[in-house]
Amino acid sequence: MLKTNDYYAIELKGITKSFGKVIANEDINLEIKYGEILALLGENGSGKTTLMNILSGIYYADEGTIFIDGKEVSITNPHEAIDLGIGMIHQHFKLVEVFSSMDNIVLGTKGKYVKSSALKEEVLNMSNKFGLEIVPDKKIYDMSVSEKQTVEIMKVLYRGAKILILDEPTSVLTPQEIEKLFIILRKMKEQGNAIIIITHKLHEVLAISDRVAILRKGKVVDTVNTKESNEKQLTELMVGRPINLKISRPETKKRKTVLKVVDLSVANEDGTIGLNNINFKLKSGEILGVAGVAGSGQRELCETIAGLMDAKTGAVLYNKENIIGKTPDEIINLGISMSFVPEDRLGMGLVGSMDMVDNMLLKSYKKNKGAIIDKKPSRKLAEELIDKLSITTPGVETPVRMLSGGNVQKVLLGREIESEPNVLITAYPVRGLDINSSYIIYDLLNEQKKKNVAILFIGEDLDVLLELSDRIMVLCHGELMGIVDAKKTTKEEIGLMMAGRKMEGVDSDE
Amino acid sequence: MNNRSHTPFIRTVKISERSSKDTLKIRIAAFVLALAAGGIFMLLLGYNPFELYGTIISGAFRSKMAFQATVKFMIPLLMSSLGVAMAFKMRFWNIGAEGQIIVGAVCASYFALFHNNWPHFLLLIVMFAAGAIGGGLWGLIPAYFKSKYDTNETLFTLMLNYIALHIITYLRDGPWKDPDSSGFPKIARFAANAQIDKVFGVHFGWIIALILVIIVFIYLKYTKHGYEISVVGESKSTAKYAGMDVKRVILRTMILSGGICGITGMIQAAGSDMTLASSVAGGVGFTAIIVSWLAYLNPFGILLVSFLFSILDKGSSVMQSAYGLSTYFASVLQGIILFFILGCEFFIRYKFVLTKKGGK
Repeated sequence: MLKTNDYYAIELKGITKSFGKVIANEDINLEIKYGEILALLGENGSGKTTLMNILSGIYYADEGTIFIDGKEVSITNPHEAIDLGIGMIHQHFKLVEVFSSMDNIVLGTKGKYVKSSALKEEVLNMSNKFGLEIVPDKKIYDMSVSEKQTVEIMKVLYRGAKILILDEPTSVLTPQEIEKLFIILRKMKEQGNAIIIITHKLHEVLAISDRVAILRKGKVVDTVNTKESNEKQLTELMVGRPINLKISRPETKKRKTVLKVVDLSVANEDGTIGLNNINFKLKSGEILGVAGVAGSGQRELCETIAGLMDAKTGAVLYNKENIIGKTPDEIINLGISMSFVPEDRLGMGLVGSMDMVDNMLLKSYKKNKGAIIDKKPSRKLAEELIDKLSITTPGVETPVRMLSGGNVQKVLLGREIESEPNVLITAYPVRGLDINSSYIIYDLLNEQKKKNVAILFIGEDLDVLLELSDRIMVLCHGELMGIVDAKKTTKEEIGLMMAGRKMEGVDSDE
Repeated sequence: MNNRSHTPFIRTVKISERSSKDTLKIRIAAFVLALAAGGIFMLLLGYNPFELYGTIISGAFRSKMAFQATVKFMIPLLMSSLGVAMAFKMRFWNIGAEGQIIVGAVCASYFALFHNNWPHFLLLIVMFAAGAIGGGLWGLIPAYFKSKYDTNETLFTLMLNYIALHIITYLRDGPWKDPDSSGFPKIARFAANAQIDKVFGVHFGWIIALILVIIVFIYLKYTKHGYEISVVGESKSTAKYAGMDVKRVILRTMILSGGICGITGMIQAAGSDMTLASSVAGGVGFTAIIVSWLAYLNPFGILLVSFLFSILDKGSSVMQSAYGLSTYFASVLQGIILFFILGCEFFIRYKFVLTKKGGK
């Protein structure tokens, strides 16, 4: 079995990696022992993923050395990383959907062909050892997200990994599933594995890790023992200054129903159910949060209301007029100024290769009279936004894909807010953003709420949803599980609903 | 551990953004290297490269007539490159310029052959319009199927080329066969009335081509339509999000793209060939693809690149006859030059670095 020896499992010395002018990692020193869980904490763009990609052979460091078990090694490709016992579990699963879990597990390994019955036994043995629940014959497309993740973990264990790297493993899981994952990780730790978990969620760091390494702007700013630390200290280390973690929830009066969604059903392009019989009301001056495991119908909900997807049945009423089946233009003509901040910022909300001026035009170019576009108002708007939202950019003519995630989101949200909407739909508006940017976005949303805008907020972090929203509706497999009062509900209750428990008649605001 | 501790000696690194000065330097270096490699090729065959290059240049410019011929080479290349550039800007892979040129020429030829008693300018205008409409409709067919059924436009436009080509053969051997050609299958020469007038010794197609450069530039850069084309090209979901009618943009742009190619065909038939020949497009529609990409789809860049291409074309034909070289010699030379020019794009996006060893 694995033994804890005098050497560190991994020791990194002076790792530096740059992309062009951007230094992603600078002089990083880090070590981890066997039988330890190290959390790598840092905001987006702080270099966590780059560092782990160097360890797993995807990137090659410009400078520095890596020691595994005390020996200097050179990892030039993912195969060598696996040979060294390093297994990475990526944020986005890399599984073949139509294969069974055991086929996925052996896929790409070099061993001889094994009879499937023998293989099944082997997989079951291993899964028992680590306390993983795996059905070897189950196809990936039949699995839930957390089952898929288990297969990914099994995959690296099967390859003999003793050092596991998990990149943001909890972002797709319900609270209950996260707890289950943590139990697995603790068990693997007890068996002597070294585990690195990348995350930016503080409470998870505190719950699972033994030590925390905090990265900021590509450097390790500190390594602390989890037991001796707390949320406040970690945030300060991560952001570089004290920060108020409280999200405000301003009270508004005179809420009126703006949109009424009635029996809405949507089919996806491949014929699967996107939404099934959804009913709710969206009111002015409120933030209606939407919770659910990724892929529960959030995208369909947003795009159907925004007029980008066709509904199968049902209606979305605005002043008793059904807006389903109308083009975005026609919806605007009804007097609803709807703004939609889609999940896919650079693929849908903005054009990555275009500059800010041209991106501002997306919303307004049709208002130009005649065939020629007047870019002056857009330029002015772009400059105003840079000022108002303190967007960091070399200038209005820089392609937006060159900006950081937070700035891209400010450009998008800024443009949408500037059109003075009365309905604002935002899908994962803080995904990939650092803490500071996230709070700016929350403030912007609250500001809109105070202006009596009706806001639909698709979120993934339950803590944020609970603090920011007035009401929370929970989706599961395209069905509405219920709508609860954000002030009265608990994380556990929402977790259960996310997993499929219906709460009838709890809508606090009917 | 079975790790063979080896370190890669050279790695490629992606460059986020090169300055335009560096880019220009790389391009010039590539051009110089291309000439050098071509020179070595000439040396191997036993020729003096300086002499041969000199012949190419002087062949394209040595006399007024030579220059006029160079310009004549350029006109169809320039125009069809502008045409395909519009489609490419939308990421619609129109490699059917060849067919659109032919159909434009066929439609224009109908009037040139059977209505040549019309007033000269009226006839030319009608031929011009017929060329544009013919090419436009030929471009519309794949666009329609693309927008309706999401068919592959690359194959579709390519196949339409062959159909167009055989339409000419059919007309030549059948209904439009010249009765005075004593059995030899060919289409009659256009009456003088249906030929395009010359301005400064070259048919006035060059004026139209230059005007088109400006029109296409403005259209792509400053109009709503041009903006829609770029957005649709970058991301269809963004276009839908912004409320654009993506199908309509595709159809409209392909009518224009094919239309410009159709005009090319009309000008080529009535200005250069003075008849409808099956070689009316003669591969120009394919060269246009290279030209428009080398010019980064910029109309003024296309003007420059197509001019350089024509010098090479005209110059090497002179070189062939002066030195008794095979036709393929020029093609090999063009290939070498293109290899370097296109190859340098890699160095604009990536660089090689030597691995540094050791930590601190």
